[in-house]
Amino acid sequence: MSWQVHLPALVVSVPLLGAFISIAMVKPRLRNLWFATILVATTILAFLMWRYVAINGTLVYVMGGERWNLTLPSGMTLPIRIIMEVDAFGAFMALAGSIATLASGLFSVRFLDRVNDGNKFVALFFLLFAGMLGLEVTGDFFNFFVFLEIASVASFGLIAFWRDRPEAIEASFKYAVLSTFVALIFLIGVGILYGVYGTLNMAAIAKNMQVGFLEKLALVLFIVSLAMKSGAVPLHMWEPDAYGQAPAGVSCFLVVVGQASLYGMFRIAFSVYGQAFEGSVLAWVIIVLGLLSMFIGVIMAVIQKEAKRLMAYHCISQTGYMLMGIGLGLLALSSSQAMSEYGFTAMKGGIFHIINNAMYKGLLFLTAGSLFYATGTTNLNKLGGLARKMPYTTFMFAVAAAAIAGLPPFNGFVSKLLIYESSFVVHPFLAVVAMVTSILTLASFVKVFQSGFLGPSRDDLNNVREVPLSMVVGMMVLCVMIISLSMMPNWVLANLIEPAARDLVNQASYIQAVMGSGL
Amino acid sequence: MRPLSIVVRTICNIFAWFVAIFGAYVILHGHLTPGGGFQGGAIVATFIALLLVAHGGKSFLGWVKKEIFSSFEGAGLVAFVCVGFLGLSTTFLYNFLALKGGLFGSAVPIGPNAGVLNSSGTIALANIAVGLEVVGGLSAILIFMFLGMRYVSEGGKEGVKDDK
Repeated sequence: MSWQVHLPALVVSVPLLGAFISIAMVKPRLRNLWFATILVATTILAFLMWRYVAINGTLVYVMGGERWNLTLPSGMTLPIRIIMEVDAFGAFMALAGSIATLASGLFSVRFLDRVNDGNKFVALFFLLFAGMLGLEVTGDFFNFFVFLEIASVASFGLIAFWRDRPEAIEASFKYAVLSTFVALIFLIGVGILYGVYGTLNMAAIAKNMQVGFLEKLALVLFIVSLAMKSGAVPLHMWEPDAYGQAPAGVSCFLVVVGQASLYGMFRIAFSVYGQAFEGSVLAWVIIVLGLLSMFIGVIMAVIQKEAKRLMAYHCISQTGYMLMGIGLGLLALSSSQAMSEYGFTAMKGGIFHIINNAMYKGLLFLTAGSLFYATGTTNLNKLGGLARKMPYTTFMFAVAAAAIAGLPPFNGFVSKLLIYESSFVVHPFLAVVAMVTSILTLASFVKVFQSGFLGPSRDDLNNVREVPLSMVVGMMVLCVMIISLSMMPNWVLANLIEPAARDLVNQASYIQAVMGSGL
Repeated sequence: MRPLSIVVRTICNIFAWFVAIFGAYVILHGHLTPGGGFQGGAIVATFIALLLVAHGGKSFLGWVKKEIFSSFEGAGLVAFVCVGFLGLSTTFLYNFLALKGGLFGSAVPIGPNAGVLNSSGTIALANIAVGLEVVGGLSAILIFMFLGMRYVSEGGKEGVKDDK
């Protein structure tokens, strides 16, 4: 037994320790060092966890148990302990999330110099990190709710971090009310399943699942609450405010936290309900949510004048691609012919899009943050001609914008192509909406690039300089990731994406990892 | 917030201490009786609330600094996570003290009994850690609510801004 079996517990507890110790850090320099150390350490742990799962298969961890994998002591038929279950999909999400978090953390270090309670920022940041990773490693409905709340409460504080700005307080309050409301909706869903099956473990519920009225009710509650948390369209109204008002590093982070909620939705749809849910209603609900998010997100984005708000709307639109890709996979779940024809390709596209979006959307928020750091505004009407003054930022923005628009050599193109191909098989209309969205995405980023970076230099921006080194390093992390994802799409598909998609589809192995085959 | 009358203050001086002792009792007997770290911590924070209301904020903040509550909070949380890490030789949060003799390690006799205080292993430690955290956290919330009230009632002259 190597120490690596403890990784699911460590990825949650190390950031928690980081959060609690950072409160006591007196010297800013020491605190920044601590911040960077824990960030890097957690990212390495997430990477090791991904590697462990890739080599040894699904990892089950029992908190406080006598052995790390003793889920069912003799004489019990239902697992009652705190169980964490990490399959390739969960490990992949944790890895993608940690890389984006690492970048946003490194970027935020210099922001901390401008505030005088940076310790609290660091503490909230790590709490959010722990909450996000917890969502992705847990195998238990109630713990999922708890981590959802940890992540929400930490993000309320982070969104309102510029507390002298009324807009930030408003955004945070709006998010707080909505998020608490949907968390309670989620809890009612959990309560229903607990009432019916007498257990909270996802695998145990999945094993006994027989879909009736109550299960459908619970499913509706789960989908509504997690769609809202991930910002899918009819429930997206908090997202532009929250992402637009949060400090830029935090916006980048919130993108991956939203994806963790998306992870929960897919986990419930595939691993808990999965084959037991007959008919294609659930799949079509997810696909239609995806279509709406995609299109409405992007047409709202095109008309924005404020760079971060524009990017927040794009975030909604990109969430649509993931929903559609994985929804198509769900549509094909019951027939192996449909799965090989289009379903698996769509899932690969959707999952690839998750990591792509975490990287380029994160990078875009960070470039918006450095525009704000350098000029004090992100209003596109007040910017212009910054390409010469901020060469690194300009380069990174160009890379990220090309990637999000799906221009051919970049990673966005690969995942979008997979989604186009597979959705065309189901219905051409889906592919058309996806392509139109992509074109409008390109149009709006051409607008940002042109009005922010090109054109004659403005007199009021003469003193603008490139942002400090640590911010460039933060952006560089994501830029390198985008370029490497673009350079080796086949390797990424074979080693990162396909195992994740296979494990998400394979409900039996998810159940068996906890319940064993004997019962 | 002005101090209340001498009657209230005197009674508070005598009886508030019992609240604190009862809270400490609930925390320490968390593994034996109903309640535990959170509930006991909330009771101890009531002690702070009583002092704050009876004596007024000005003299209360003269006795204790609010940083001390933040440090309680941090210490409790770190202690809890460390209890988890100490079990890591088996699994995270494993109860490595139970039934080992020594601290919180006694066995509990089978059948009805009055309970053994020195039992339950890390559960007791975790209760103490949570109790410390909740005392600090809830007291800090009370103090910040008081400072917010003062900020509003004095027209925003002092309070939140100078509390960093």
